[in-house]
Amino acid sequence: MAAGTDNQHTARGPSYGLRFLALLIVSIVVLVIDHRDHHLDAVRRAIGAGVYPLRVIVDAPVSLWSWADGSLAERQELELENSRMQAERLLTFARLQRYAALEAENARLRAMLEAKSRVTDRVRVAELMSVSANPYRHSIVIDKGTRDGVYNGQSMIDANGVVGQVIEAGLLSSDCVLISDPDHALPVEVNRNGLRTIAVGTGEYDRLDLPFLPNNADIQPGDLLVTSGLGGSFPAGYPVAVVTEVTRAPAEPFAAVSAQPSTRLNQVREVMLVWSNRDGAAETPDDE
Amino acid sequence: MTSRDRASRPVPVIASVIVAMMLAIAPLPDALQPFRPDWVALTLIYWAMNLPRTYGVGFAWLVGLVLDVAQGTLLAQHALAMSLVIYLTAKFHLQLRVFPVLQMAATAFALLSVYRFVLFWINGVAGIDASSVTYWGPVITGAMLWPLIAGILGSLPYRRVAGT
Repeated sequence: MAAGTDNQHTARGPSYGLRFLALLIVSIVVLVIDHRDHHLDAVRRAIGAGVYPLRVIVDAPVSLWSWADGSLAERQELELENSRMQAERLLTFARLQRYAALEAENARLRAMLEAKSRVTDRVRVAELMSVSANPYRHSIVIDKGTRDGVYNGQSMIDANGVVGQVIEAGLLSSDCVLISDPDHALPVEVNRNGLRTIAVGTGEYDRLDLPFLPNNADIQPGDLLVTSGLGGSFPAGYPVAVVTEVTRAPAEPFAAVSAQPSTRLNQVREVMLVWSNRDGAAETPDDE
Repeated sequence: MTSRDRASRPVPVIASVIVAMMLAIAPLPDALQPFRPDWVALTLIYWAMNLPRTYGVGFAWLVGLVLDVAQGTLLAQHALAMSLVIYLTAKFHLQLRVFPVLQMAATAFALLSVYRFVLFWINGVAGIDASSVTYWGPVITGAMLWPLIAGILGSLPYRRVAGT
């Protein structure tokens, strides 16, 4: 049997070595093209559509569990939750009324300034399908894609603040990077005084770094950082993080400032995609 | 051309690769994440060892490409690593096939190290940040799981009965 296979080996086509060499060259070409300029997005999207059913199946036990958990909850628990939610709803309405009044006032003031009124951003809820299998990237996959109008660079928030942005919009699902990814940087400003800087991910879910602040910058623990909207991809005014630690070392050119993201990045299950009205590409998100 | 591989059934092989792919993208707790074994690489090593003619270097390259998309890495990164490992496996498949299981687990350790090294090296060249210490966790868990994987895959009915 073994000898037979060996003969076949010589009789049939190129050897393993030649085939491997050919594939090695193809791989290097593909790697370089993919790394330099993202011309292979179409290929990626095509294969991604094939992987989508696998993601759905892998995610099924989790979805099933949360569904079962919800439907099997005790009646008493449900009643308790119901009353708690009604109380919360009242509170929220009260806040919302104040917000509505503020919004109206803001619009009036802006009208007085003859400034164009900023329209509230359009949002849509997306569910998390999976987190990256690669522990060195903080990326997630959501269940909305170009079919729903998602585009590359779109920002993603949740109830507490900014979560991340879309990096690869597929047809039915999209890859997104979290603000805590070591490769991610986000233009922010200090809510208290408008000081602008950049918040860089550290690879830890509960810490961002602000590496570009001089020692004499007016910043202190407890300051809220919000998006400044100056980078172009994030709309302005969403909370990002709260400053936790400011270390001013006189010998260093910059202060070491770290902040804790407002949202628990490793516990999000739903995110909101934001279509920013000031972004030209997002004017007609359904055209994509 | 009545090669040994011709007498294999494709369904168990493809199904096992798909299951391995699902295990590769299934969510894991953060603490276990650095020790997730390279399921797909282990599965392909097994098939390349036993059916190198059908599931050789080219097949490994394609599967690697799908893995690249599924894990969001550079295109052809896993494909390159995978085809190198399968090239080595296919080249020495006659020796590997007669190894006792423990020796084969040690060989799997070596092959997975090569696999991880290529992935790590491409990340380095492309300037993608990765810490090096935990990068080798999957190699150890993968080698330890080899007897189990070989046992499961070996029990699949992938060989056609002689004469049919």
